Amino acid sequence: MLGYIKLAVLGFAVVVAAVAAGLARDLSYQIHALIFMVSAAIAFIWLIRRVGEPAPVVDPNTYMDGPVRFGVIATAFWGVVGFLVGVVIAFQLAFPYLNFEWAQGFLNFGRLRPLHTSAVIFAFGGNALIATAFFVVQRTSAARLWGGGLAWFVFWGYQVFILLAATGYVTGSTQGNEYAEPEWLADLWLTIVWVAFLAIYMGTLIKRREPHIYVANWFYLAFIVTVAMLHLINNVQIPVSFLGSSSVPVWSGVQSAMIQWWYGHNAVGFFLTAGFLGMMYYFIPKQAERPVYSYKLSIMHFWALIFLYIWAGPHHLHYTALPDWAQTLGMTFSIMLWMPSWGGMINGLMTLSGAWDKLRTDPIIRMMVVAVGFYGMATFEGPMMSIKAVNSLSHYTDWTIGHVHSGALGWNGMITFGALYYLVPKLWQREGLYSLRLVSWHFWLATIGIVLYAASMWVTGIMEGLMWREVDAQGFLVNSFADTVAAKFPMYVVRGLGGTLFLAGAIIMCYNLWKTVTSTAERKPASAGAAVPAE
Amino acid sequence: MADNSKKSANHQKGDPNTTGHSWDGIEEFDNPMPRWWVWIFILCVIWSVGYWVAFPAWPGMNQATSGVLGYASRSDVAEEIAEFEARHDVLFAQILETEPGELVQNEDLHRFAVNAGASVFAAQCSQCHGAGGAGVQAGGFPNLLDDDWLWGGTTEDIVQTVTYGIRNEDYMDARYSEMPAFGRDELLSEEEIRQATHFVLSLSGSDHDAQLASAGAEVFDYNCSSCHGAGGEGDTFLGAPALNDQIWLYGGSEETVYETIYNSRFGVMPGFTDRLREAEIRAVAAYVHQLGGGE
Repeated sequence: MLGYIKLAVLGFAVVVAAVAAGLARDLSYQIHALIFMVSAAIAFIWLIRRVGEPAPVVDPNTYMDGPVRFGVIATAFWGVVGFLVGVVIAFQLAFPYLNFEWAQGFLNFGRLRPLHTSAVIFAFGGNALIATAFFVVQRTSAARLWGGGLAWFVFWGYQVFILLAATGYVTGSTQGNEYAEPEWLADLWLTIVWVAFLAIYMGTLIKRREPHIYVANWFYLAFIVTVAMLHLINNVQIPVSFLGSSSVPVWSGVQSAMIQWWYGHNAVGFFLTAGFLGMMYYFIPKQAERPVYSYKLSIMHFWALIFLYIWAGPHHLHYTALPDWAQTLGMTFSIMLWMPSWGGMINGLMTLSGAWDKLRTDPIIRMMVVAVGFYGMATFEGPMMSIKAVNSLSHYTDWTIGHVHSGALGWNGMITFGALYYLVPKLWQREGLYSLRLVSWHFWLATIGIVLYAASMWVTGIMEGLMWREVDAQGFLVNSFADTVAAKFPMYVVRGLGGTLFLAGAIIMCYNLWKTVTSTAERKPASAGAAVPAE
Repeated sequence: MADNSKKSANHQKGDPNTTGHSWDGIEEFDNPMPRWWVWIFILCVIWSVGYWVAFPAWPGMNQATSGVLGYASRSDVAEEIAEFEARHDVLFAQILETEPGELVQNEDLHRFAVNAGASVFAAQCSQCHGAGGAGVQAGGFPNLLDDDWLWGGTTEDIVQTVTYGIRNEDYMDARYSEMPAFGRDELLSEEEIRQATHFVLSLSGSDHDAQLASAGAEVFDYNCSSCHGAGGEGDTFLGAPALNDQIWLYGGSEETVYETIYNSRFGVMPGFTDRLREAEIRAVAAYVHQLGGGE
């Protein structure tokens, strides 16, 4: 019966989407309607071919790893896409003629920049978080994912969201809010997918067979719940037409700016920090084969982090129309956030005490350690940059870009690569990775790439900050804006090269993972099968 | 629940106690929080509380706490601006009292004006005229380093141009003239425009077809010379560019000259009288005047 309801809903969705595509008022909306139509049609055909077949028997004592496997593939794929677009726009900034005349309105910097940020944060990072969350919550709860096929809906639904966002960017539909660019239709769809994600996660935790909830799950849950809240509040928009992509925000003026950066900063805090700390708390002890350093520290820094992070957003609006008191709170809460952030770094690094020798032999551990190191560096740099006196120099400069990338490439990228190297042999029942030498290559290319990137952005950021404020003996400004742009050129080239190295490492990883699945020996049946640990 | 063999494999001699749980083989040590971590955290909190006392911090029903230091970023900026202005008020007043053309005679005041003008130029003019004032030919933004002036190159002329701009609709006093679009409005045939093009090229000694140019002389005489002068010497009163030199506003190739005659050009410049103070306009005029071509 449920099958027929699903068919009816999907069939209806195909028709509605087709009509909407026909009546669309703009290109983005038309493309989005077509994406919905094709997705619903594919799901419809997939379902109808299975009508009347007996439901497959699922052993509730096994783990559901199908969506995790697809998630791993999606993570690697979107990672390469996101890094590639990043390299392209880095060179577009250094060599403006790469904004080709024939590609204006689709592939110029302004269109590609949100594509890059969203591809890396939401497509690469988001898929990594969803896949590892599904993997970790099952293992640490000793329970199969709740909700049956719902996990598949979350995986595919999220890919549809990524397509909606990406096609919207290149065809020019945007809300103009950084990291929240997708228009109302994509926002609504993401809400549905995210609620399903939360339901699966909570359902699995509730039916867990362990007496306690492992620390990684606190972080994952905080990430899922808070991102849902941020997404809903920052996207309160009224569509201009139900057949067009544009919409009007309900918030305006400085309130709108404040909500945007409350959202923006906590996208960093809960998507890129809390979620990835969940990843760290599972994969580092697993790969190091050592217990977590301190339970007390984990519980303290978790609650401190969750409580303090949500206040820090106003530091993005220093010296603006935002009232002074809000700027003060944003700054002080950012400073108080320093140690809670470092709690995760300490727990990650100290977990390796007693296993430091593995740094010599295991490039995956090395990757994870460098990830935690960059996490520590970025979470020191962040509070420092939030101090108003520092911010008056650093804000609007490339220093901010460098800060974001030492976090995103160093911390999020490296910990995800480590997790992927850990997961692939497990998920495809392989003896081990195809080549540890290639992991080493990836490690060094990525590390050198990040160093080039971050160092060049520090230099150019501080330089342009100083040039902007430079005055002569009589108090007159010395430089025009164009002077600062011209002065940054060499550093922009170095940044592009750093990104290229990082991309090359990721491509090597994809090759290595592919060969691991296709040409290494299968794990012996004795240890195969994903049985739930005995009660 | 925990797999004992796995547990011991993860343990080493001298390890502290664990909390007693194991998830998928992961255990947790019962280590205390590092002392330095706790202390720095506490110090950060204390420092923040102190900062809240000193600066505007917590919102109340009617207004936020204002902090014992009485700091406010708006009055801070206002003070800095006032301080800057106080330093220069006397000199700016002197600039206003001096006729623009006579500024050069007061060496110190002129140096000050040029410095102030350079700063104004960097912020307001360099976007179109380039950071060094060399213009951008592709955009029709004039080079200010040479002595080829569209609307006159005395300091007074420059002050007038900067104050009201060129061909904008904001100011009645904006400099205004308009060249006909000879091709688009079908005033001349394409053949005639081609001939005029070659005549114009010949005026500046550029490569041209002598036959077409001689045919173009008559076209030029009837249609162009009233503004650009019989020999193409131009007229700064009308903003008509000189055509007898190698300095081009939109480019001097056959194609661009043809395009100019066919469609005409309509370069605009905003007026700055509502954006800059009078003394700043005088200063930037003094700066532009001394770039190389001032009359």
